[in-house]
Amino acid sequence: MQCVDLAETSRRALNQRLHALTADTNETHWRVLNPEGQHALAAGVDAPIMVEIAGHAGYYCAGMNKAATVVVEGNAGVGVAENMMSGMVHVKGDASQAAGATAHGGLLVIDGNAAARCGISMKGIDIVVKGSIGPMSAFMAQAGSLVVLGDAGDALGDSIYEARLYVRGNVASLGADCVEKTMRDEHRTELRALLDKAGVGQEVGVDSFRRYGSARRLYNFHVDNASDY
Amino acid sequence: MCGIVGLFLKNEALQPRLGALLSDMLEVMTGRGPDSAGFAVYGSGDKTHVKLTLRSPDGSWPDRIGSEMAATIGCAVDASPRDTHMVITIPASAETAARGWLAEHLPQVDVVGGGHRIEIYKEVGLPASVADRFGLAAMTGSHAIGHTRMATESAVTTLGAHPFSTGADQCLVHNGSLSNHASLRRRLAREGLHFATDNDSEVAAGYLTWKMREGASLAQALEAGLDDLDGFYTFVVGTENGFAVLRDPISCKPAVMAETDDYVAFGSEYRALVGLPGIESAQVFEPEPARVYAWERN
Repeated sequence: MQCVDLAETSRRALNQRLHALTADTNETHWRVLNPEGQHALAAGVDAPIMVEIAGHAGYYCAGMNKAATVVVEGNAGVGVAENMMSGMVHVKGDASQAAGATAHGGLLVIDGNAAARCGISMKGIDIVVKGSIGPMSAFMAQAGSLVVLGDAGDALGDSIYEARLYVRGNVASLGADCVEKTMRDEHRTELRALLDKAGVGQEVGVDSFRRYGSARRLYNFHVDNASDY
Repeated sequence: MCGIVGLFLKNEALQPRLGALLSDMLEVMTGRGPDSAGFAVYGSGDKTHVKLTLRSPDGSWPDRIGSEMAATIGCAVDASPRDTHMVITIPASAETAARGWLAEHLPQVDVVGGGHRIEIYKEVGLPASVADRFGLAAMTGSHAIGHTRMATESAVTTLGAHPFSTGADQCLVHNGSLSNHASLRRRLAREGLHFATDNDSEVAAGYLTWKMREGASLAQALEAGLDDLDGFYTFVVGTENGFAVLRDPISCKPAVMAETDDYVAFGSEYRALVGLPGIESAQVFEPEPARVYAWERN
């Protein structure tokens, strides 16, 4: 295991070592000590490795992640896993705003709560939040799935395109063009698979969730919808 | 972008370390605000005395300022200079006379703030150098608020540095920008409030002063601000015995808080809180948008 202590090594030196790894690297297990909320930890990794961050992370942790598994053993700041392409990011505490923003793929699991704008402009990522999410989440979400075991804040899914939203608790309000939809078998299957991948047990049944998505009224401008913009 | 730090101590045993803790927090926020820095410290004081924090634009103070003022206003005056600032302590009954003496004899001097316990220091420059000039690390007290500024709505001047104080023992720091400060300033001026700058954040401070003057508690004043203040903001506000936080309804500006049995701490980023005692086991959370968080000491 590669152990990097950020009390002694700079964050830039850590990231340069991670960026230098290739797909066939033997250095597959990394542990980062004393992160102390520094920004951009393990951002831009492109190798099938495991990176454990032993504490709280700052902004953009694991941003642009490709293939790696990044575990934050604390809270993550703004934009965790933003623009992730593949791999997995697991936050054991809470996440700040814009978790998983614009991400194209991979799985983001947040054990605690996520703040505002979780999954904003998501483009294919799957996000599972075991707590609640803040307002304006999944704003302009385009593809992928957002699963929330707790509650969702105001304006969920405002101006949403094709992402699927599954919420178990209360939704404070839905944003423009976001509506509740029927849960069909294909959705139950997808949701169960996501819960399993996120380590959520069978005690949380798929039928306790409600599904939300796009009413598809905002795809093309229509004057009758002007008040929805 | 700006940086905010705040520390409200619940455990009196930490009071001797207040300045040292805040100083470290302030310096970490240099990247968010390298233009100017300032801080308010709620230190020693009592109900029978008033402390006025003065700032001399050229950094010089006349000799014997304390004894000259004392001779005119007829009571004891303690004058403690710290670099460009000076704290004058006088009997509370002599505050009006002291302010009058200052306006007449030292018109170039700004009264940065006043109250029973508050002291405010702010200058242009990097946060570490500002903290060092005023000896923040050695200051003691019950709570303190600091700010590192990256200027957006008004010039990089000491007058534009935070905290802003518009009422006794009150101060406010702000990360963000207000869009209705001009109209609100005119409205508050009609209510008799005086503004020293054209800064948007000073208007927010004045608004809270006005609301509290009208009988609102600190929390109620901030609650009302959600309707009347338009723009982006994370505010941290101090009163003689209170400490409060408010973020705008879309939480445009960052905020992290930590609470233990010993303190409540605020940072624009978690990095600022790393050096606090017991942070590993603190409850760390992000304050929700449009929700008033307030703590008061009994």
